[in-house]
Amino acid sequence: MKAKNQRLVLVVAALAAVLAAVLLAMWGLRNQASFFYTPADISAGKATPGEAARLGGMVKQGSIRHEPDGVTIRFLLTDGKATTPVVYRGIVPDLFREGSGAVAEGRIENGTFVADTILAKHDEKYMPPQLGNLAAEHQAGKTLQK
Amino acid sequence: MIAEAGLAALWLSTGLAAYQFVLMLLALRSNFDVARAMRSVAVMQGALTLVAFAMLLLVFASSDMSVALVFENSNSAKPFIYKVAGTWGNHEGSMLMWVTILAVAGAFLALLAHRTSERTLIAALGSQALLALGFYAFLLFASNPFARLFPAPPDGQGLNPLLQDPGLAFHPPTLYLGYVGLSVAFSLAVGALLTGEVDSRLARAMRPWVLGAWVLLTLGITAGSYWAYYELGWGGYWFWDPVENASLMPWLAATALLHSINVLAARGALKAWTMMLAVIAFSMSMVGTFLVRSGILTSVHAFAIDPERGTFLLVLLTIYVGAAFILFAVRGATLKEGAPFELVSRESGLVVNNLLLSVILGIVFVGTLYPLFIEALTGEKLSVGAPYFNAVAGPLALILAVLVGVGPLLSWRRERRPVLRRLATPALLGASALVITIILWPGMSILPRLGFAVAAFLAASSMLPMIGRNPLRAPLATWGMVIAHFGIAVALAGMASNAAFTSERLAVAKPGETLTVGPWSVQLEGVTPTAGKNYTALEAELHASRGEGIIVLKPQSHYYSDPPTETNESAIETFWNGQLYTVLGKSDPSGGWQLRLWWKPFVTLIWLGGALIALGGALAMLGRVSRFRWRHAAAAEWRKARYA
Repeated sequence: MKAKNQRLVLVVAALAAVLAAVLLAMWGLRNQASFFYTPADISAGKATPGEAARLGGMVKQGSIRHEPDGVTIRFLLTDGKATTPVVYRGIVPDLFREGSGAVAEGRIENGTFVADTILAKHDEKYMPPQLGNLAAEHQAGKTLQK
Repeated sequence: MIAEAGLAALWLSTGLAAYQFVLMLLALRSNFDVARAMRSVAVMQGALTLVAFAMLLLVFASSDMSVALVFENSNSAKPFIYKVAGTWGNHEGSMLMWVTILAVAGAFLALLAHRTSERTLIAALGSQALLALGFYAFLLFASNPFARLFPAPPDGQGLNPLLQDPGLAFHPPTLYLGYVGLSVAFSLAVGALLTGEVDSRLARAMRPWVLGAWVLLTLGITAGSYWAYYELGWGGYWFWDPVENASLMPWLAATALLHSINVLAARGALKAWTMMLAVIAFSMSMVGTFLVRSGILTSVHAFAIDPERGTFLLVLLTIYVGAAFILFAVRGATLKEGAPFELVSRESGLVVNNLLLSVILGIVFVGTLYPLFIEALTGEKLSVGAPYFNAVAGPLALILAVLVGVGPLLSWRRERRPVLRRLATPALLGASALVITIILWPGMSILPRLGFAVAAFLAASSMLPMIGRNPLRAPLATWGMVIAHFGIAVALAGMASNAAFTSERLAVAKPGETLTVGPWSVQLEGVTPTAGKNYTALEAELHASRGEGIIVLKPQSHYYSDPPTETNESAIETFWNGQLYTVLGKSDPSGGWQLRLWWKPFVTLIWLGGALIALGGALAMLGRVSRFRWRHAAAAEWRKARYA
């Protein structure tokens, strides 16, 4: 192969690789990306049942219930406008408690959010940005109510 | 005084970096002979940042609470090692460490470079100075680590308990050395593009830096993966967390670079391509730093949410990456074509390696940044997790792993030998592994099955380059390649085994009760309170047995008061054929305790493979450096004459 042609082939190969990466990524994202919802979004019916999703909110006071098996819990997540029931089987993270923020990863099934993972707020410094906004909005809502 | 001395040292090195950059402009425009001056300026600049970093270490070690950073991130009751490691367990301190490594790498480049031409070295040192200038500005104007508090508070707020772990002492420095080591490759590429001297000499000068950075990145990623595995208590070793991806992206680019650099060094081909990869590799390091340090991600690494800092870093990133790409666009096309090669040749094999790695890099890049773009554009929040990365990048990684076994058998320029026949035995092994998994475990899913098959194929074929030669006489670099490639097979086998054979048990047990997981029966003896230096804890005593002998495991749940936080400390017992992993959960109203148990056959192979890959890289680097010294006495003479 001549050097000039060789360079052309290499450039075409590189462009094809970039194109392939973008196409593959787009295809994957369409099927696999999961959206972040608030309980208000869920009650408005924005989440498709069965599809991977994240749900963020505050754990409602007095809502945590333990199932008899000891490792399944049910609780309500709220954003001040709506609440969504969540069920989770596993060990809840440190600092998961009533009245503080949490993000659940999972999917909606029959109106209940079935969580595979629960992430909780650690402290002010390590709060997920998504929850940061939520807490601020929640706080603002409370002030308005007063 | 110590803090002020540190700040002064930082300002001085900023001035020196500016001077170093001006010297480069003078040298390139008017042929002034400034090589010597630049060399000493670069060394001084490195030494001064080292002083600044040492001063920060001192204020942390002595718990000087009048320094704001120490107050916010430390506490006098903390064990000494975490006081010291806490220096980089926060935003400002870790950025100072980043800059220190950048400047010290520049100093070493100035001291050690002997393979590039003088003009290219001058241009590279100028580029290194410009990089450092931006990050000095970031530290001084947006993240001053030495700011004081008046009056000094009595005691500090403490360090995130998740970070109070021996891993913290080593994981960030290792990764940073890797990230920032790539800056030298970037600067050498920029320098060579400026002077037009892109040749095999440049590749040989760049190669040890790329190998060294790559080895440290590999170690950092492997260690980080093990840290997440035992510290988070979720039993997983890789979560496709954006921060993990931030370290994976430079690694992928550096992996491609260290392969293409061999083509440039040996054959003088793939010139523009290699320069492009050198630019991309460090750009990915900067993207990673931006992602991690700007606070836009949800992570234990996102120390603080501060939009101003994020914008500052984004502007720096855009300027550097943009300038490098413009330079590449202008000068890349003017490079002379490299030596030609045939379709089936070592060169082509390495091109395919590079293409696949680039596609995987693109997929990880798009998946990691997509949520940020969507949120910026539409305000919609979404996350991209393991399902995406596994489904899209996983198959490509498997294909790449197969080709890893084939590439090293090809010869440069043109393949004349019957390669396929040499691959018969490994192919047979791979196929039998596939058949065995189908017969023995009909329920196994497809990816682990293929993983085992590819691992068996690669384990055998990676050894082929050693067959028919005296192992003692083979160059160290060849040994390095064989060991690193074998390491991929080992890690792949571990991942497949973990995916296929892990057994998990999650249940509540009262003291005296027994749970079974895999071949193990685990009895809960009891749960007792205990205390550490700066925490109180609950400790479960578990007696595990699989037939003979009893192993005692003590998973704990820690409670820290400064700041108030709880963490789970898993207890893991390692056996030759796997790990028993236990986590203590919460208590149950009925008097029982939640326990989460895993039996993970051969999971340790994952990190053993990572370590082998790094070892291979280290051997290759040693071989590349020492071979030069032995064989080119003339080069040593020349160096002596120049630096005497």
